[in-house]
Amino acid sequence: MKRISVWLLLAALAVPAPGDEFTEEDLKRWKAEYMKVMERGEKLFHSPLGSNNVSCDQCHPNGANTHPETYPKFQKQLGKVATLREMINWCLQNPLEGKPLALDSDEMIALEAYIHWERRGVPLAPGKH
Amino acid sequence: MKRRQFLKGMGLAGLGATLPFSLVEISFAMGTKPAEHESFTFAYISDSHLTHLGGTRFTRNFDQGLRKAVMEVNLMDPKPDFVVYGGDLAQLGKREELDHGLELLSALRPPIKWVIGEHDFYLDMGRYWEDKISPLHYSFDHKGVHFVVLNSILTYEDWIARWPTAEERMANMARLDNPHGSPFLVGEAQLRWLAEDLAKYDANVPVVVLSHSPLYKIFKPWNFWTDDAEQVQKLLQRFHRVTVLHGHVHQVLYNQIGNITFYAMMATAWPWPYPVSYVQKPNQVPKLTVFMNRADPFHERDGTGWDILDLDSGTITNHYQLWMNENRTVAFDFKLKHPVDLKYQDPDKRIPPQFHY
Ligand SMILES: [Fe+2]
Ligand SMILES: [Fe+2]
Repeated sequence: MKRISVWLLLAALAVPAPGDEFTEEDLKRWKAEYMKVMERGEKLFHSPLGSNNVSCDQCHPNGANTHPETYPKFQKQLGKVATLREMINWCLQNPLEGKPLALDSDEMIALEAYIHWERRGVPLAPGKH
Repeated sequence: MKRRQFLKGMGLAGLGATLPFSLVEISFAMGTKPAEHESFTFAYISDSHLTHLGGTRFTRNFDQGLRKAVMEVNLMDPKPDFVVYGGDLAQLGKREELDHGLELLSALRPPIKWVIGEHDFYLDMGRYWEDKISPLHYSFDHKGVHFVVLNSILTYEDWIARWPTAEERMANMARLDNPHGSPFLVGEAQLRWLAEDLAKYDANVPVVVLSHSPLYKIFKPWNFWTDDAEQVQKLLQRFHRVTVLHGHVHQVLYNQIGNITFYAMMATAWPWPYPVSYVQKPNQVPKLTVFMNRADPFHERDGTGWDILDLDSGTITNHYQLWMNENRTVAFDFKLKHPVDLKYQDPDKRIPPQFHY
């Protein structure tokens, strides 16, 4: 109860909470940061990341047929609900005959940023096959 | 009425799989006129993309695809009169890749008719292919049918000149979704040659054109596209029975434009998505096509295969040999005047894996 009344008091005083404020400049910078990572992902996606000179784009030009909007979803071949990052690692290990990336690595995040960018605008469809 | 049969899955039988030999019989006439030529069968293998890794090592997956196709074509009964190799034998146009392809294909018993793809061409602008394998464009007659082979993967001179090295030129043409790519061309010289070549033939002679890229426009961002396709079409329209067979798109695809029927051939290496699966740019994917099943990446050979083609009454019946799916047969319907899938053409008959998004 006490906490709520403190909040109400703060609101009444109209003290701007700095965390809620951002400018056009901020928006531009945040987008630019995203695009930097996305572009790194685009490069990785078009590079041989495994051991057999095969790159992701050979089966997925412009990231097509990756369906990021459907994850997490049940993958019958894995017998469980899997994430996009797990599927990226599956591709790295199988068609690309390489090593998996750490799920929180910069490279993994970059690949995810690129795949999502190419699919922008498509409604989320979690679990869809 | 005619009957042909062939054995499917002999190779797998050796591995102890339980695949039965599947017998395909064609026995449809669909109002055809009597054959104007002797009917015959040929096979089409395409887009193997053999990838050199150094020394004598090549990417295993893509070698497997070509080996499997060669093995199965050799088991065809009756034997095909010839085999068309539809281009993209190599991945980066390297001599090692083309030599390796020749070695694998040397196991084929029937003779080969060669079509060049962009992956074979842009390292040395087709020199090795022309010296060692085949002319880049030519024509021949077979049992009353006129065949024309075109080099449809040429492009604009200023694009060719912009790359400092041959390797960069090849790598940039090899990337399908390259925003700095360049559309394919048949080109003025070849168009003139084609006009002269066709001038010798009566409009009733069935014509089959073999090209690597589709001789119509589907999706420019991935070069499912030939920039001067309309000019080629114009030269072909006066013939009553014209079919274009092409590789490059790595998928089941067919279309009809005026008198011309178009069929894409399967790749042995990997399937490309349909452009409808890329939502950022509009496409002109033919509405007529019933798509192949969405490929399951867990089955390495899914979405790949080769084609058996029957030529009868001047038109082609295309038997898509799909390694991990039920085979598909697409044939020309003389009443509808376009090709139809014999099982799935009716929208009510389609199955969930045929929907791509
Ligand atoms: Fe290809
Ligand atoms: Fe190609």
